[in-house]
Amino acid sequence: MTSSSPRRPGPIALAALALWIGLLVLISVWMAGQSYHWLPVQASNAAPLVDGLFSFETGLGTFVFLGVMSVIAWVVLMHRAEKYDISDAEPIEGNTRLEVIWTLIPLAIVMGIAIYAMRINHELGILGPMEHIHPHNAVEAQGGYPGDRLPTESIEVVARQWSWEFRYPDAHVSSTELHLPIDQPVTFRLTSDDVIHGFYIPAFRLKQDVIPGKAIDFTLTPTREGRYRLRDSQFSGTWFATNQADVVVQTADAYQAWLKQAASEPLQSGLSDAVGEYVERQNQSHPGWATVRPAPPPQVNVPGSNTLPHDA
Amino acid sequence: MTSTLPLARPEEGQSWTRYFGFNTDAKVIGIQYIVVAFFFFLIGGFLAMIIRGELITPASDLVDRTVYNGLYTMHGTIMLFLFIFPVLNGLNNLLIPTMIGAPDMAFPRLNAVAFWLVPIFGSLLIASFFVPGGPAYSGWWSYPPVSIQNPLGNLINGQGLWLVAVALSGVSSIMGAVNFVTTILRMRAPGMGFFRMPVFCWTALAAQTLQLIGLPALTGGAIMLLLDLTAGTSFYRPEGGGDPVLYQHFFWFYSHPAVYVIILPVFGIFSELFPVYSRKPLFGYVYVSVASFIIVGLGLIVWVHHFFPSGVPEWMRNLFMFTTMLIAVPTGVKVFAWLGTIWRGKLQLTTPMLFCLGGLVNFVFAGITGIMLATVPIDIHVNNTYFVVGHFHYVIYGAAVMGIFAAIYHWFPKFTGRMPYEGLGKLHFLLTFVGANLNFLPMHPLGLMGMPRRVSSYDPEFAFWNVLASLGAFLLGVSIIPFLLNIISSWARGPRASHNPWNAIGLEWLLPSPPPEDNFGEHVPTVISRPYGYGSDEPLVEHQAEIEKALILQEATR
Repeated sequence: MTSSSPRRPGPIALAALALWIGLLVLISVWMAGQSYHWLPVQASNAAPLVDGLFSFETGLGTFVFLGVMSVIAWVVLMHRAEKYDISDAEPIEGNTRLEVIWTLIPLAIVMGIAIYAMRINHELGILGPMEHIHPHNAVEAQGGYPGDRLPTESIEVVARQWSWEFRYPDAHVSSTELHLPIDQPVTFRLTSDDVIHGFYIPAFRLKQDVIPGKAIDFTLTPTREGRYRLRDSQFSGTWFATNQADVVVQTADAYQAWLKQAASEPLQSGLSDAVGEYVERQNQSHPGWATVRPAPPPQVNVPGSNTLPHDA
Repeated sequence: MTSTLPLARPEEGQSWTRYFGFNTDAKVIGIQYIVVAFFFFLIGGFLAMIIRGELITPASDLVDRTVYNGLYTMHGTIMLFLFIFPVLNGLNNLLIPTMIGAPDMAFPRLNAVAFWLVPIFGSLLIASFFVPGGPAYSGWWSYPPVSIQNPLGNLINGQGLWLVAVALSGVSSIMGAVNFVTTILRMRAPGMGFFRMPVFCWTALAAQTLQLIGLPALTGGAIMLLLDLTAGTSFYRPEGGGDPVLYQHFFWFYSHPAVYVIILPVFGIFSELFPVYSRKPLFGYVYVSVASFIIVGLGLIVWVHHFFPSGVPEWMRNLFMFTTMLIAVPTGVKVFAWLGTIWRGKLQLTTPMLFCLGGLVNFVFAGITGIMLATVPIDIHVNNTYFVVGHFHYVIYGAAVMGIFAAIYHWFPKFTGRMPYEGLGKLHFLLTFVGANLNFLPMHPLGLMGMPRRVSSYDPEFAFWNVLASLGAFLLGVSIIPFLLNIISSWARGPRASHNPWNAIGLEWLLPSPPPEDNFGEHVPTVISRPYGYGSDEPLVEHQAEIEKALILQEATR
């Protein structure tokens, strides 16, 4: 029935095909909706934009994938050679019109995605300029933003092997736990003392490498209260995996209270899991292969915690 | 008429010891490459088992963190530089001369030197496990400054040996590329114009052209890194005024095209095998051939997409997003051409065909996650997470390695004269396909949730998907057993293969199995039609009927 069927499909075949495509569209739409659940909670104003784009691509991708799979499955089920049939099939060498179509349609799709993504890039850029690279020079003036998007908070982030230190210059506070006020743009000045690290807070959907020898300004706006993880995202050596810190987003009042309380605390050793593990390791007879010695824990007002339950 | 026939002289009398010496026969070198590659594949796979063993629990509890970092670095390095490039060069050596009717490669001695560098730099890399301080641990990218920290301060250290090995690998690949390009351009059979050349040769030509353009950047970048590491220069050292991001440009200018060096020949394999096992011509042969070179051109201008979050300006992000998206077009053309080829064919689900179909399924999936990664805002979130690890393992293992297995099963009878066993082959396919998907699919949700790659421990919320991935990895480890059993036992005493057991069209199938040392020798047939003439009854070469009759006679009398 399959190999001898006429070239023009009948109305029933067309209806079945339309029904199948309709089903694939439904599944794709459902997957696009599901895709939001695969991502961490949305805790910054960038997150809905990124997630929307991801959902769109998930839906489109599901449709393309299932479409191709349908063709393969159909061929495998219906166009198999009969047992002992070693004859050739009908020689179809190509079809120029079809080839032009399947060049132009993917071209239109990917260019459409790229333009959509470029617009999101632009929006993300307005939400917080993602690239402001300065020579690492203390004399240079901070900021440099137009008045309407001057961030209210500016926090210095120092990445080390293997700890994160956060300094609040206006409040004279330092910490190894990052506290942020909700719904206010915050600018980070990212610097590294040693190697490249990655400043990555999955709940914020934002990531920026921290390059030694440069200061990089990075602005974002948290939109959801909670406790999140900051993870080092660029391999930085032995204790790379432990180079995490907690990010606490709180109301403006709670944030100010925290700053005030913190300013009165004496300096003490901040969190550094690597330092603890390094000491343990020194006591072993066969500790493994060579490692860089961890930097001493930063001296901060508030060490905070990195073991409390977190939202993402 | 008989004077135009290849002389029937199967090389049964030749000693198997020739595989252990300096031999200039491309078919011997091809098998040497493939066997050595699979030796390193087992080592790289063993390292992967330890990695997945460590990651089956959140805590760092199986090996020390320094050991973990060394193992994942060596896993990537071995799999790329000592497995996949050598195995593809092995296929090039076997297939290019026989497919174009050449007696050997253009420069047989250079060919042998290129091969013998592989065990040399392979040993160097393995030796780095035993130097004080252990092997390189900064990932197969070896980004500075991590890679130039040299904790013990010794002149001979794992990272230094790693860099020397990678540079030697580059030299070997350049020698190979010069040879393959020259052979394809200069040594084709009479009548074989470019548009009568098998697609595998088109893709090999495209891939090797990329090697010639890209490798100097990596080799230069690696030498500067070696100088920073051992001679105290400051090409990338920030405290000396160097720029660590510069290295990323050098590295990815080659290492992104390197992915196409891997996948293009696999596209070639798909394009060869789908017609054979669908009994139909390749759909849109000319377009598929030319698309390889469009991929070469675009592949050279996408490298920045590997480090979008690494301090590159907005305009660069947008530009490289567009070029990366464009690659989907020639790649899509190929996928649709394969679908067009199998459509209304007469499919024979042999082991090689199953590997091709499975590889195609995985490749389409990888293509979709590839588009997601090309999109800057999504990439910013999932860059350097397990999403990327899942994506490229779908490309490299799911598509490329599956394609390589397909090629091995398909051409095994030609070059060994023995038939592989179908049952074991199908079992191998099943375990590989299930194992690869179970291993690599869970990496995508992990990446979306925000689990960074290269971690030796992780937060407990990632445990579920990691357990699944580890189980998949162990299944993949098991999957190699039927393959090895199949290859070893069928090579030793499998049924004898005829000159054309799959009823395929191509010059290599007009040679005895295994072919004599100089292939067609003086009697290279004249090509008179396009490849893949399935169903058209047009002969591929002049006097095809006589050649085949002589081959059948010869097989009947052995």
